[in-house]
Amino acid sequence: MSQPYSAPPEGHVSHSRLERVLRSGRFAITAELNPPDSADPADVYEAARPLGEVADAINATDASGANCHMSSIGISALLTRAGYSPVYQISCRDRNRIAIQGDVLGAAAMGVSNVLCLTGDGVGVGDQPGAKPVFDFDSLSLLRTIKTMRDERKFLSGRTIKNPPQLFLGAAENPCIPPYDWRPERLAKKVEAGAEYIQTNYIYDVPLFEKFMARVRDLGLDKKVYILAGVGPLASARAARWMRSNVPGIHVPDAVIDRMEKAEKPGQEGKKICVELIQQMREIAGVSGVHVMAYRKEHEVSEIIRESGVLASRKR
Amino acid sequence: MYRIRLFAIRHSRSFEWIYKRLERAMIALDPLLGKIGYDRVERPVAFVEKCVKTVLFDCKMCGQCVLSSTGMSCPMNCPKQLRNGPCGGVRPGGFCEVKPDMKCVWALAWDGASRMKGGAQIHTVLPPVERNLEGSSSWLRVSREKAAHLRKAREKRRTAIADAFPDARKNEPSAAPLAEEPAQAVKGSK
Repeated sequence: MSQPYSAPPEGHVSHSRLERVLRSGRFAITAELNPPDSADPADVYEAARPLGEVADAINATDASGANCHMSSIGISALLTRAGYSPVYQISCRDRNRIAIQGDVLGAAAMGVSNVLCLTGDGVGVGDQPGAKPVFDFDSLSLLRTIKTMRDERKFLSGRTIKNPPQLFLGAAENPCIPPYDWRPERLAKKVEAGAEYIQTNYIYDVPLFEKFMARVRDLGLDKKVYILAGVGPLASARAARWMRSNVPGIHVPDAVIDRMEKAEKPGQEGKKICVELIQQMREIAGVSGVHVMAYRKEHEVSEIIRESGVLASRKR
Repeated sequence: MYRIRLFAIRHSRSFEWIYKRLERAMIALDPLLGKIGYDRVERPVAFVEKCVKTVLFDCKMCGQCVLSSTGMSCPMNCPKQLRNGPCGGVRPGGFCEVKPDMKCVWALAWDGASRMKGGAQIHTVLPPVERNLEGSSSWLRVSREKAAHLRKAREKRRTAIADAFPDARKNEPSAAPLAEEPAQAVKGSK
């Protein structure tokens, strides 16, 4: 079941399907899996099924929002067993450099070929605010460390790694929150640190994102890194407001909330907005795909993608 | 202290100038410090450094000062202690995700860097903090670093000679020595 240790295809750094899709110039789809509060693998597979129909890779979140769920490495391992291609998310909040470097080797050995390096939300917003925050790495030093492990075959200590992890390296970016002017510059830093693809946070403010992308193109970053725009269906105006004030780093413009408020069926409207967002993202130069985060609405993901028509050109 | 910190970032250009001078002074002092012994001066210098920098920058004495690369905004004041910020949680108006009353340390850093001559240093990816250096003097570390650099250059020269005359070295090791020389044995070194 597990693949033998072999060199990645020419011009690739990993065996990742996501990497192949992006490098071949096709519009990529990734989707976020809602991690179960359970030790039953069946719960993971149930959550993965509606995503696997359309996604090139499935993101396994690492205690996002500082809330405890099944670990991202556990979910990633289960997904590889069933033939899915996971994105193993690593947050710097909970583990130090010793744990993370070990986990990176472990994940790669279990067939993981995408990682996403994240700083992580502060422990204060989560369900156990008394926990000790670690933050030994930040997302950039983590990127550089895994790149060193992969390309130089070395731990950060200088010790040699016999067979290096073959991983497609990703990072996040949040274009819609301050300091707006420096966000593209920091993206450049992430590319410098080793990022090969970017998944952004939720984008509901398209003009603001377009401004960000214009600067990204000016800096030539769209040629150096694949950018997947983050989208997701809103459940209701109330949920959107709650997210805006309680989840770090989420910007929902008033116009979008108004539209949700006026809709007769908010659920349908949220889906429709998401479909429209995906279609708009596709038209923005430098955007290579979308990352769908449908929290508690995983069952809608394949429908949303089909309705958006972004996969119509793909022969499946 | 928070207000003085903001003042220092607003005047990042001036503080950059002062810091450059200080760095030069520390490097010039290396021979003297070496003679007294870095071990002996570590504690008093660290004490003075802590007093000065706590007032000006809310310094946390991480021992690996990078102020010149972070717009004179100390990154150890970031609740996540990021060395390459800002994170994705910055609040509207540029406030911190974890401490909503505080301006984001890294939003300030990019702002401060934009006023500095060497502000482009903020584009360099910084490594994680080595926690075992906490509490030690960054100032002394700078002068030691420079001294090490000079020593390395000297070593390189000696190695080049030894490599160019391998036979001579085999017969007469003192013709092209490679072993560490005590200061007393070498003319011109203090």
